[in-house]
Amino acid sequence: MINYLFNRLLTMAGTLLAVSLLVFVIIQLPPGDYLTTYIAELESQGEAVAQAKIDFLRLQYGLDKSMIEQYYIWVTGLLHGDLGFSFEHNLPVADVIGDRLLLSMVLNITTIVFIYIVSFPIGIYSATHQYSWGDHGLSFLGFLGLATPNFLLALILLYFANITFGTSIGGLMAPQFIGQSWSMAKILSVLEHLWIPVVVIGTSGTAGMIRRLRANLLDELHKQYVTTGRAKGLPEGKLLRKYPLRMALNPFIADIGNLIPQVVSGSVIVSVVMSLPTTGPMLLSSLRSQDMYLAGSFLMFLASLTVVGMFISDILLGVLDPRIRHGGKAMK
Amino acid sequence: MSERLTHFVSQDPFDPNYDEVLEQTSSKLHMASQWTIIWWRFKRHKIAMLALCLLIPSYLSIVITEFLAPYDLHSRHTDFIFSPPQEVHFFDNGKFIGPFVYSLDMNLNMDTLTREYSENTTRPQPIRFFCSGDEYKFWGLIPANKHLICPPEGGEMFLLGTDRLGRDMASRLLYGGRVSLTVGILGITVSFVLGLFFGGLAGYLGGWVDYAIQRMIEVIRSLPELPMWLALSAALPVTWSPILVYFGITLILGLLDWPGLARAVRSKLLALREEDYCVAAQLMGAKPKRIIARHLLPNFMSHLIASATLSIPSMILAETALSFLGLGLRPPVTSWGVLLSEAQNIEAVALYPWLLLPMVPVIIIVLGFNYLGDGLRDAVDPHE
Repeated sequence: MINYLFNRLLTMAGTLLAVSLLVFVIIQLPPGDYLTTYIAELESQGEAVAQAKIDFLRLQYGLDKSMIEQYYIWVTGLLHGDLGFSFEHNLPVADVIGDRLLLSMVLNITTIVFIYIVSFPIGIYSATHQYSWGDHGLSFLGFLGLATPNFLLALILLYFANITFGTSIGGLMAPQFIGQSWSMAKILSVLEHLWIPVVVIGTSGTAGMIRRLRANLLDELHKQYVTTGRAKGLPEGKLLRKYPLRMALNPFIADIGNLIPQVVSGSVIVSVVMSLPTTGPMLLSSLRSQDMYLAGSFLMFLASLTVVGMFISDILLGVLDPRIRHGGKAMK
Repeated sequence: MSERLTHFVSQDPFDPNYDEVLEQTSSKLHMASQWTIIWWRFKRHKIAMLALCLLIPSYLSIVITEFLAPYDLHSRHTDFIFSPPQEVHFFDNGKFIGPFVYSLDMNLNMDTLTREYSENTTRPQPIRFFCSGDEYKFWGLIPANKHLICPPEGGEMFLLGTDRLGRDMASRLLYGGRVSLTVGILGITVSFVLGLFFGGLAGYLGGWVDYAIQRMIEVIRSLPELPMWLALSAALPVTWSPILVYFGITLILGLLDWPGLARAVRSKLLALREEDYCVAAQLMGAKPKRIIARHLLPNFMSHLIASATLSIPSMILAETALSFLGLGLRPPVTSWGVLLSEAQNIEAVALYPWLLLPMVPVIIIVLGFNYLGDGLRDAVDPHE
């Protein structure tokens, strides 16, 4: 197990390194840097830009160095917890982000928990009542959930909240808590507002999860050991709990790897639509204004969320399934 | 021990065609090609057939969008800004006069500062068919002005309402379909080619190439797609023309989607390589090229097409999301996502809910592809 853990840890570090390189390349892709945009903006406003000031800014931000050096500065900074400097806000990135990262994490983790809690019983019901009306109805709902993009779902919800209650349901907390330090009341307010985005983001993931659990369980239910158990007189409930359900759970956990990127993607766009104080809206604005350090930090953070999530799912799988930690492959 | 059977040899003359003599129906089954069998199985899947019957007309319609749309994509009607969808009537005062609309009267509500439209029931205006209307260039080449449906003589007709510039939503929806529907196909083509190439390379060469490609796949799969798509499309130069941006976006969509397909190709290649018929072909002296092209590729192509069909919806949704956020396609290129970006602010949606209409075709098409892909996957699965 120690060996397996070490192995996975090494893989994760390698993946993170590759991701950081990729993120750096992506944020460097747009022609020019923030400084050129900034200068163009100043000039369009009719302000003369002193060459000395430009040179000073260039030097300060290390924009005159080669790409490799810039990357090195950025990555070592990241490792030390220094997220760089936001050109747009004229503040260190860490100050601009504030508790957005924390709220993003809370949102994403709650969504994943929601997906598991909802899809588990429904998946089991669908599989054990295959081709019943309940199964067909739930399958169709699931397909609809998969087909409706979550930002549209958010829009529809906002629309109905607006015409029925006349209020906006955006945001993650009551207005009086914005910018306040954390208190019990603030946490409660967040919890109160959290469920709508969680449902919106979680819908498609839940639909997918239900389908997979149903398919997995159906595969198991048709195997001979189930028939044997039934023939020996095991009650249906116990039979289900003891054997096929446990087998079907394996891919359920392996799937975290697919689920996390999906949830993170969903949370970004839903946050923009519902104007949640998470990473989404700020990532968008930083990308638009080419605020490279800010965008890079957000991309890196979101990617790390998924990479670390996958690491945890690998470890869980290893604990559950000895075949995996001994180098074999789980049957899917 | 049971008693030994007595030795038996049939005295009948040997018929070398013994195995070949089959009944009429089963010989049809045995002689059918792989694709015919897939088609037979697919036909049994009712919902998938329904999806196919829905998707084919949709894709055919984008060929003749200019003819189907009552108005041009950009024609503005400044007297009818944010006009609600008009109803099509058939009976005027109990008298049947065919499909017609009532003309709209607009007055400005000075209290709420909104435009209010009401039907003027004294003036029924019959809708015209196969008529001359807005001029357009068919496929941007042939000038013409024929339309399937036209607004009534001297009046206007907005079956799905108008937007903030008084442009007909129904026409814009039809034009938007042309972009939204092709984005998915082009994106999947990029992803398909990349997936086939890298998956094939990994599965065929093995060794360190396989290892490197596998690690690459793992890295890309662990990235959250939407933020990466956002970042990549933000990197498209602003100086690009809208058409170039369109191709750029399809490229970006395909660029992050191929690992799934590559994985499928690789694992299929590895599994099929060990099959008896492959070994047999090898022993008969077939070259790798022939084995791959004649035996392996046809074997997993059907699977690939099924899984590719299942990833088209995610492409369409991604384009919609990107354009909705303003980082995808830009006007004047019009897709359903671009249309939806008008519905971004909730006040506009509350006042003019018909701005949300472009989500209906998005959902229908995505559902259609999902069911089609499901049907295809079941049809190509030989284990049934």
